[in-house]
Amino acid sequence: MTTATTSTTQPGRRSGREPLLAVEDLRVTFGSRTSRTVTAVDGVSFDVAPGETVGLVGESGCGKSVTSLAVMGLLPARGAQVAGSVRFDGEELLTLSPQRMAEKRGAEMAMIFQDPLSSLNPVVPIGVQVTEVLERHRGMKGGAARKRATYLLERVGIPDPTRRLSDYAHQLSGGMRQRALIAMALACEPRLLIADEPTTALDVTIQAQILALLNELVSESGTALVMITHDLGVVAGLCSTVNVLYAGRVVERADRHPLFATPRHPYTGGLLASIPRLDEERGRRLVPVPGSVADNIPWEEGCAFAPRCPNAGDRCEAETPALVPDRGVRDPRLLRCHYPLAGDRTEEDA
Amino acid sequence: MTSTAVGTDILLEARNLKVHFPIKRGIVLDRTVGYVYAVDGVGLRIRRGETYGLVGESGCGKSTLGRALLRLEPLTDGEVHFDGTDLSGLKGGKLRQQRRHMQMVFQDPLGSLDPRQTVEQLLLEGMRAHGLTKGRDVRARLVELMEQVGLPRAALTKYPHEFSGGQRQRVGIARALSVEPQLLIADEPVSALDVSVQAQVINLMEDLQEDLGLTYLVIAHDLAVVRHISDRIGVMYLGAIVEEADADSLYEVPLHPYTRALMSAVPIPDPTVEDTREQILLAGDLPSPADPPSGCRFHTRCPWRQPTRCDDERPELRVPDVAAVATGAGDARPHRVACHWAEEIFRGEITPKRVTATDTVALETDGLGPVAEHPSPPEADEDVPPVHGG
Amino acid sequence: MTDRESASLGQRKKARIDRLAAAGRISEDEGVSLWQSAWRRLRTDPIFLVGATIVVLFVLLALVAPWIAPHDPTARLLIDQINRQANPIPDPQPGHPLGGDDAGRDMLSRLLVGSQQTLIVGVMATLFGLTGGLTLGTLAGGIGRWVDAAVMRVVDVMLSIPSLLMAFSIAAVFARPNQWTVILAIAIIQVPIFARLLRGSMLAQRHSDHVLAARALGVRPAAIVFRHMLPNAIGPVIVQATLVLAVAIIDAAALSFLGLGNPDDSVPEWGQMLGRAQQYFNTEPQLAFYPALCIIVVALGFTLMGESLREALDPKSRR
Repeated sequence: MTTATTSTTQPGRRSGREPLLAVEDLRVTFGSRTSRTVTAVDGVSFDVAPGETVGLVGESGCGKSVTSLAVMGLLPARGAQVAGSVRFDGEELLTLSPQRMAEKRGAEMAMIFQDPLSSLNPVVPIGVQVTEVLERHRGMKGGAARKRATYLLERVGIPDPTRRLSDYAHQLSGGMRQRALIAMALACEPRLLIADEPTTALDVTIQAQILALLNELVSESGTALVMITHDLGVVAGLCSTVNVLYAGRVVERADRHPLFATPRHPYTGGLLASIPRLDEERGRRLVPVPGSVADNIPWEEGCAFAPRCPNAGDRCEAETPALVPDRGVRDPRLLRCHYPLAGDRTEEDA
Repeated sequence: MTSTAVGTDILLEARNLKVHFPIKRGIVLDRTVGYVYAVDGVGLRIRRGETYGLVGESGCGKSTLGRALLRLEPLTDGEVHFDGTDLSGLKGGKLRQQRRHMQMVFQDPLGSLDPRQTVEQLLLEGMRAHGLTKGRDVRARLVELMEQVGLPRAALTKYPHEFSGGQRQRVGIARALSVEPQLLIADEPVSALDVSVQAQVINLMEDLQEDLGLTYLVIAHDLAVVRHISDRIGVMYLGAIVEEADADSLYEVPLHPYTRALMSAVPIPDPTVEDTREQILLAGDLPSPADPPSGCRFHTRCPWRQPTRCDDERPELRVPDVAAVATGAGDARPHRVACHWAEEIFRGEITPKRVTATDTVALETDGLGPVAEHPSPPEADEDVPPVHGG
Repeated sequence: MTDRESASLGQRKKARIDRLAAAGRISEDEGVSLWQSAWRRLRTDPIFLVGATIVVLFVLLALVAPWIAPHDPTARLLIDQINRQANPIPDPQPGHPLGGDDAGRDMLSRLLVGSQQTLIVGVMATLFGLTGGLTLGTLAGGIGRWVDAAVMRVVDVMLSIPSLLMAFSIAAVFARPNQWTVILAIAIIQVPIFARLLRGSMLAQRHSDHVLAARALGVRPAAIVFRHMLPNAIGPVIVQATLVLAVAIIDAAALSFLGLGNPDDSVPEWGQMLGRAQQYFNTEPQLAFYPALCIIVVALGFTLMGESLREALDPKSRR
């Protein structure tokens, strides 16, 4: 399996910063001996430095959520096989005991989910849920923990936090629930935060509030943020490096500016061409990506995107493309495509 | 061949439409303890052949309004006229006959298709209900419907669970078309679909409008989708339309504070734009439609809220005294807004209170009184400029 | 038709072909309905296969019992061996592997032939209960409003009485209990269970988008109830019916045990055999053991089938 892992070609690497999280050749398969196995994540590598926001972008079934669950060690031990390497601050997580992993979760790495209602315990007040985290991981006691919990709720913008401590999840609005969830995630000042579609269930004005909050956290406290989303608009404003996933593999990785300016993978380009932009002239006909995510071929037989790809050629269904440094653009970029879209680099440049 | 030109005749008109849902308590005797004011006085006109987009956030009543226009929700008050027929008084068989002319496309393509019926059964049901299977080649009609929505005829024998999301939405559209309607009300037709598939359905709807001369009411929360597909747009907030204009006019000269905030919150898939995009963050959340604020319903969150009028006087939808927008004279239709201070806000005479990411204390509940008592930051450049030059 | 029109027709045809490609793959195979796909899953489910085997064996046994029973189940062949004090029950002996009952009739033959009556009681009681429950549930869930309120109050009252107590009361109303009074008593206590289940399931359907879609199409209310709501709501009721079948057999045994069963023991039935065994329970437990074992095994068969059916019909595990 060819997977580029060298950090020299890694886009988004700021000099002098060691990655906090390094995911290497991560592979997750579901299923057991009796049923046929499904490879949800197929050799994904990326890393995240402190204060950096890395995006994992893709549609349903691209493996973005499974990747995050695997990093957090939240996949069921039965039924899911995880291979590869996930290093957090140099320490391998995949071989850690479940107890050690549970200590890391909450204390050093935290996750927020798409559906805040089902992620909160419905029968325990949110204040207790926040203080529990503090008591478990920080050894804080009653009064101090309550005080800290109040501060955290205030920090994420929940009005009247002292009163809100005794509220239950169902008493809060969707935006407030997501804030409460973020407060829990931040309780122990984690160094890594994974946000899995944190604003998908929210209205756009509330989404703006939550994204602004996440942005503030990253820039002020140096938290490393992994942002998982299907929304290219969210990525454009938030992520320094973007990984585009398709059918369990990274197909393109670049810094956000060059990626949106000159998408190289036909899938990235297809996504950008298929969504209407609020700020564009009306009347442009959208260019859809044909078929659906179900119309794939296995990566072993070629490029999984080939059946839907307008650029597909002879090699695409015969030869699996590798994720390699892209010489067609000026920025450092990784690309998995035989016939990419036009780049910004001419022959003279090369 | 059908005419594709947008006519001037009104196909659908709603007057002062209200849908209030009773909130009931009690075990033996149901007591009504209050109402959810889902739709509270909406008037709108949709011209034959045009696409009217209804945009708003969850809980604003846009879906209820869509269903009420089809008489799928009981009307509390108001009238709905379709092609000259008053639907509000119709019942039973008379109403069922009218349904042929106006159909619906749903958000959840799987949930809106009966899982135990084949596509063929789904399509035939409506045709049978309206006697469209008599004396014609039904088989040919089914194949034609499949072709229109871009599905092979093999799809006819399949069940909904055997399709992908985009294919299911095509089946849903084919079912709506099966009774040859004039109006399609599409409630979030693409929001449940994968990004790459959304454009397929949007394009399909545009093609069908052209081919069949359909009139659309598209209900969505995604302003970019609505602006792309609509000729005219109504912005809803808490059960009422707060601004209504042609798609370009609304984008270029948004007059209502809520429209401005909504527009500024939509992320654009372009980092260069994103880096400089000024956002108008709104304080707090949508108030409950069971207990809507007095006066202007947006005043609890409005950054431009004024000490007078906003709290106690409900603004009417009116044509503002702003030169940049259509007044309704001549052929152009008016740009209307329900805000007491639209002109002053447009001219920049009133400046907004700035809200930060963590400052979400609802203006209404902070007990500090009206905006004038806590002035906006003194630095002029701190003020939020109009989103897009008007 | 002008040239321009035919040209635009050609373009449109091309656009349609493009659309076809854009929709993605659809196989040419015939569609597979939900029941079919549930059946495909059941066929390979070992739990279902065990349950189905038990049930099929039981039904086959009931069909052929009169021919394979070694003796006439009503003939008091061993009456001579019975001594009130010393030996009330004939022991197993050549020709009578399980011995006899307190009236000197061959135990094995009674068990074999008894399967018939047990099956009839179980199936009939469930069928009647199901019919009543479906009717009430459809009325309540389909019409709604005051019909729903009225039906549900009746159902609530019935459910508030412990079901066996209710069955005893119903059975006791009849001066001369017989096979049909047992069936009726058991059927009536099943009615509210089925009615409530179906009504809840129908209400969920009533608020579903596909029912709204049918209303929007202008489909008649009755057609909506019978074509869309009922077929989608009936799954859990079918599952419940297989579970209730097992309970009905046990209930019949309970009625017999308390002397409210069919007194005519010329036609053997397991529950009734169990009921007769009670006076010998301390000294001759095998008299109760054999019919009890049969009841448990058959009940297990139906329960296993019901549980695996529930799994297979669960939309969450549908594929």
